[in-house]
Amino acid sequence: MSQGYASSAPAEDSNRVKLGWSNRLLARPEVGAAVAAAAIFVFFLVVAPAFRSPDAFFTILYQASTIGIVAVAVGLLMIGGEFDLSAGVIVTSAGLFNALFCYYLGINLIVGAVLSLVFSLAIGFINGYLVMRTGIPSFLITLGSFFILQGVNLGVTKLVTGAVASPNISQMDGYGALKAIFAGSFDVAGVTVWNSVIYWLAFVGLAAWILQRTRLGNWIYAVGGNAASARAVGVPVVRVKIGLFMAVSFLGWFVGMHTLFRFNTLQAGNGVGNEFLYIIAAVVGGTLLTGGFGNALGVAIGAFIFGMTSLGIVYAGWDPNWFRAFLGVMLVLAVLVNLYVKKLSTARKVG
Amino acid sequence: MTMSDTPQSGAPLIQMTDVGKSYGAIRALKGINLRVNAGEVACVLGDNGAGKSTLIKIMAGLHAHTEGTLVVEGVEKHYESPRQALEDGIATVYQDLAVVGLMEVWRNFFLGSELVRSKIPLASMSIRDMKAIADAELRKMGIVVKDLDQPISELSGGQRQCVAIARAVYFGAKVLILDEPTAALGVKQSGVVLKYVAAARDAGLGVVFITHNPHHAYMVGDHFVILKLGQAVLDKKRDEVTLDELTRQMAGGDELAELSHELQQLGGRTEAIRTVVQDTRRRR
Repeated sequence: MSQGYASSAPAEDSNRVKLGWSNRLLARPEVGAAVAAAAIFVFFLVVAPAFRSPDAFFTILYQASTIGIVAVAVGLLMIGGEFDLSAGVIVTSAGLFNALFCYYLGINLIVGAVLSLVFSLAIGFINGYLVMRTGIPSFLITLGSFFILQGVNLGVTKLVTGAVASPNISQMDGYGALKAIFAGSFDVAGVTVWNSVIYWLAFVGLAAWILQRTRLGNWIYAVGGNAASARAVGVPVVRVKIGLFMAVSFLGWFVGMHTLFRFNTLQAGNGVGNEFLYIIAAVVGGTLLTGGFGNALGVAIGAFIFGMTSLGIVYAGWDPNWFRAFLGVMLVLAVLVNLYVKKLSTARKVG
Repeated sequence: MTMSDTPQSGAPLIQMTDVGKSYGAIRALKGINLRVNAGEVACVLGDNGAGKSTLIKIMAGLHAHTEGTLVVEGVEKHYESPRQALEDGIATVYQDLAVVGLMEVWRNFFLGSELVRSKIPLASMSIRDMKAIADAELRKMGIVVKDLDQPISELSGGQRQCVAIARAVYFGAKVLILDEPTAALGVKQSGVVLKYVAAARDAGLGVVFITHNPHHAYMVGDHFVILKLGQAVLDKKRDEVTLDELTRQMAGGDELAELSHELQQLGGRTEAIRTVVQDTRRRR
């Protein structure tokens, strides 16, 4: 490359390098996950005959959406450089809040749902506020709220109902409307499609739009990549990060509503461990653990891989206890692939 | 090269009077007077821990001062956040945190001042315009990046500093604060950065140039302030001071002479100390 600048006139793109499509592709965070997803898909198509029907495909999408919706927000939060370990139990807390509150006071479930939303957003705000205010790593703060919520879920449920599950809500006011919204389904050519799949894709689209096209997306990458730089050029770092924590608790509430109205009752101990599934979906999708890198499509593919493997193992007739081992292997592989891709994509600067 | 003391039509861009800053019981800065005029480079020199960072943080809005007054274009200010300083046209380019390494060049260029199509929340940025402007502005400074979509960490250190300077100039900065822009750079890259310091000055900006390298400062500076332990020990215009004096003050000056005197009395007089002693005597 010659370095001759045509001093003033903005010359033609003389030493501008047009990168080949392969380089551009490799630099994208979701490529590793997409390759893995394709491989796993083909694998189960071969070994599990039950996997091959369109019905099974939509069941997989449904399974993916139950993790994928919260994972979208967890991915955004991780790109913003923070963790939320309370994301799994917040789902259960939101559902329990609605069920127990309305059961105890005998009021309309819609009121409970709105109050539950306020409650969830408040938890997200407190998580974010404590992290930003104290400077303590979000891992520790949300580990604390994870245990608090887990204990409160069980304790309060026991106190109100005398058991460890919420009462059945199907006879209460407002049930029908909320069920239709959060846990509805419809048939397309004989295949059942759950609403949550549509919501999931919509949230993925929204997150992708935010990250790629909007100012907020620029800010999310910046606060995760280098918070001090971002602050110095005027990015409202505290507001962005607290907003991300609240986005996690919002989508947690959303899935909490779905779970409650799908099953009409909730086990108070549910949700524990799901926080790691969200993180795995994000990391498998190419999100950098240290923040500043990743995208929404990658996280969606990560959740899709989760859905495929958790059901694929069942369809193949294997012992589902192997599922977690498989997920662990996926995580390690994803991290290795990300590392490799990172090296490839930074090596291109020689070009 | 005497361009200092040109009469200004308005007030100076920044006038600090008797400014001080305490962090709890620790006094980081005391009694600082600094004046930044348009089209001038004010150099602030000092060793590590001399208070340089505190001084720029006050002007940049990262920390508020606790004593004295900060007057910007005739209006007294007390900045609580970097945004307020930016709104008054005070832009700061930090040595280590100028840019976000993993982000694309064009995203970095517009970070914090993105072009949006409308005021609706989550409206799209005008990405094509942003790329075109970033490209044009960087070309003006003679930087041609291979690919505006590459992460900025792939540029050289000097280029990254220049992107940060170009960004500040483009967004209408009146005062440009440069925090040790040459500290981590090689000779050639430092030259590139110094050229843009001069270019910014000639474009009518007031520049505050923080450095611990007197040679770099003397090449572009109109006014020099040396800080030591949070206080100004030298405050002179270009025609009142020589590079020698700056260098001697920066190297420790009087303390060095004192130290050599003490070592002498201990009887540990060696060739090296003799040289230093002779040197300081000669300079006096």
